[in-house]
Amino acid sequence: MRYLPKSDSERREMLDVCGVGSAEELFSHLPEAVRLNRPLALAPGISEYEIVDYFRERAGRTAAGYASFLGAGVYAHYRPVLVDTVVSRGEFLTSYTPYQAEIAQGTLTAIFEFQTMLCQLTGMDVANAGMWDGSTALPEAAMMAARATGKGRVLAAKSVHPEYREVLRTYARHQGMAVDEFGYDSETGTVDLRDLESKIDGLTAAVIVQSPNFFGIVDQAREAAEMAHRHGALLILVFTEAVSLGLLEPVREADIVAGELQSFAISPSFGGPYAGVIATKDKFVRQMPGRLVGQSTDSRGQRAFCLTLATREQHIRREKATSNICTNQALVALMATVFMTVYGKQGLRELALQNLAKAHYLAGRLKPRFGGKFFNEFVARVGDPEACNRALLEKKIVGGLPLARFYPELADSVLLCATEMSRRADMDTVAEVLR
Amino acid sequence: MSGKKLERKANTHLSPNELLLFERSSPGKRAYQLPELDVPAVDAAEALGAANVRAEITGFPEVSEVEAIRHFTRLSTWNYAIDYGMYPLGSCTMKYNPRINEAVARLEGLAWAHPYQPESLSQGCLEVMERLEAALAEITGMDAITLQPSAGAQGELTGILLVRALLESQGNPRKKILIPDSAHGTNPATAAIAGYAVENIRSSETGVLDVSALQRIVNEDVAALMVTNPNTLGVFEENIIHAAAILHAKGAMLYMDGANMNALVGVARPGDFGVDVLHLNLHKTFSTPHGGGGPGSGPVAVKKHLEPFLPAPRLVRTGGRLHFDYCREKAIGRVRAFYGNFGVLVRALAYILAHGGPGLRNATLDAVMNAVYIRKKLEPYFDLPYPSPNMHEVVFSDERQAKLGVRTGDLAKRLIDYGFHPYTVSFPLIVHGALMIEPTETESKDELDLFIDAMIAIAKEVETDPQLVKTAPHSTRIGRVDEVAAARKPVLKWTPE
Repeated sequence: MRYLPKSDSERREMLDVCGVGSAEELFSHLPEAVRLNRPLALAPGISEYEIVDYFRERAGRTAAGYASFLGAGVYAHYRPVLVDTVVSRGEFLTSYTPYQAEIAQGTLTAIFEFQTMLCQLTGMDVANAGMWDGSTALPEAAMMAARATGKGRVLAAKSVHPEYREVLRTYARHQGMAVDEFGYDSETGTVDLRDLESKIDGLTAAVIVQSPNFFGIVDQAREAAEMAHRHGALLILVFTEAVSLGLLEPVREADIVAGELQSFAISPSFGGPYAGVIATKDKFVRQMPGRLVGQSTDSRGQRAFCLTLATREQHIRREKATSNICTNQALVALMATVFMTVYGKQGLRELALQNLAKAHYLAGRLKPRFGGKFFNEFVARVGDPEACNRALLEKKIVGGLPLARFYPELADSVLLCATEMSRRADMDTVAEVLR
Repeated sequence: MSGKKLERKANTHLSPNELLLFERSSPGKRAYQLPELDVPAVDAAEALGAANVRAEITGFPEVSEVEAIRHFTRLSTWNYAIDYGMYPLGSCTMKYNPRINEAVARLEGLAWAHPYQPESLSQGCLEVMERLEAALAEITGMDAITLQPSAGAQGELTGILLVRALLESQGNPRKKILIPDSAHGTNPATAAIAGYAVENIRSSETGVLDVSALQRIVNEDVAALMVTNPNTLGVFEENIIHAAAILHAKGAMLYMDGANMNALVGVARPGDFGVDVLHLNLHKTFSTPHGGGGPGSGPVAVKKHLEPFLPAPRLVRTGGRLHFDYCREKAIGRVRAFYGNFGVLVRALAYILAHGGPGLRNATLDAVMNAVYIRKKLEPYFDLPYPSPNMHEVVFSDERQAKLGVRTGDLAKRLIDYGFHPYTVSFPLIVHGALMIEPTETESKDELDLFIDAMIAIAKEVETDPQLVKTAPHSTRIGRVDEVAAARKPVLKWTPE
């Protein structure tokens, strides 16, 4: 087999050293009852060409070749060629978590740059090396807020990604953490601050707001932060559309930022792998989950980087750790790092402006349902979303996300997203069909 | 065969210096060009509100395309990687990552599939998931698989939440999880997140589960035992069937950490030795790249009685069509958004298809043979605290070297000078000064011999020149990093001087 680099004679030589006549004998200490006494019922191995063929056939039965207006936490942004060029280098692709700093400075330096850029983007003091994704960063942020405040209740806006809230509930249930929700204003699509005011209390550890929110609207995170702080709670700011960070003023009033970086050159890939991140204020750093890279010096006095503050982590603290996270998303975070480097200071803003222009062009022809200011996604009332989407599919266009599944009250609406990749002609078609 | 062999794996060589991106930046440089807008531009202040529009991102990089690629290429040369050679990290299973897996994961129809695109346009993706689920069920001998968990630790959490949900449905979630003292740190951390108290149990003198101790401890408060098999010493838990019976008799469950499943594929199946639930690490056993610390994927396999609790959505085939079932009353709830790390699943399936059933078994045989070979060759030089037969990895202790003041961490650093990544240091905790070595099946005999020669040479250096070992590495571009200073006064981002 091509992945097993030994000749039969080498195997024989090695088995001699092992003192056995066959490799099977190396398993003779396994009790008879545990052994599988038949071959696995899996087809024999196939060649590289057949593997390509197998996946090409499957890849052909997907939405390839369709224009898409889906967003809802996963965005179609152009992936600069440099991204795969860098992450395909074996030195990044086939290395382990950088515990051995002397031979892992490449990964460590790139993570340090990642942490720095995330601080610059979010306005926070410190960012970690990454989380699994945005949806798991949120419960980790909530648990972090609970540790920091000593309180056990969180209040999440209904305009936070519905699947993120589901994950939050799964994690919270066994932490003795209560998760309550507050609504959105049916006119503006922003958080209903009065509803928040009526629900927040002295036991609340954190208020959770997403901006741009699930409806694409720049939400009232500052007002929510002010209210949270008045009640001794923290504000957790969630983002799913990282490109918006290129244009939107960071919510410096937030205490913890939990976000998803899929927009930064990470393929949609049917839902993963993506990369999440948690950023926060200096005072909360020791409550933070996940890996952190710090700057130090080596024995010769040179600048060097290493994993640090590991006493928060599971391999040291075991059941007292801040999180059980171990393997995270280093290579995917590296994609984001290369993306941020390619676009840089001006490019990220220009990219965000193009997204804004495209979404507003489409929205201008459709009349958004909510009055709030939006970035590159908006909700449109279309009557029968499923019928509209069927009509669009015939024109090789995947329409917006029908909202009935997550918001029964918005069953007549879809969530549409336009990015720099959306073509005017396709947007015109969408507008014609949906109007 | 030329008969010519390398005498030594590495020499020193020039290594490029490089500044941080921020130090390389200068205003106006750019590595991008956007297309002309085909729609009217929008005034950001008007569209978003002036207060919502940010000023420039202070400090953000500004470099050219050439500088960008040189930057990351230079950084890359500072890493060791499997592509350079053996990476004997015990427990981490650093095996060759076939490049075909990368190629197929990037096919447009898969890489650009949106998780919310219509199921009618996702059949190809769903088939990949279905095929992988079936293969993993056959390999583990379990009844049902969820591919949702993001990585091993989340697989553990999912598994323990399943146990909890089943016990809750019977009226009592119980209080504690038993964990052997040889376990990975994620096990106790996971139990705590799932709301359980942790009770550590001591391993027996031979380094395996002490079933008589287990018999005494297991009562109606115990929800499950979390056990890694083979355990972190690389030793098969010979009493596993007995342990399962003890647990089951008291209504508790057996959770298997599948981190070491690569020692069992095609040889023994957890489903046949009493395991109720286990997680797999696709980035270990099934060769998906570690990528400097992720992404992973941690599917969870269960027996029938736990299936109703698996998180939504579940993949179901009705007629000729695959779809997701979201109506699952007893489910534990999502552990993450969407369906799992699909891109990692594609790679794992490509690996399984390449090997096929017989090939996967051969990989297991070679992995164990390599570890036993290393053990036989190094036993004269290093202390072997647990002489039980080992499987895919072997754990020595630094006892002999420590007498001369050299510890496992020093030996590991010296290994770098010989051109190898260190083994896993100081784990498992039950071995004093552990050297945990896992070669995997993808090392050639030549590479193994170079590694063995390096270890023997280091053992001799400890006797002749311990200081040389204690101050290693000597050939790297940086020396040992002051980790204490890094933690005492954390500098976690670049700031302008």
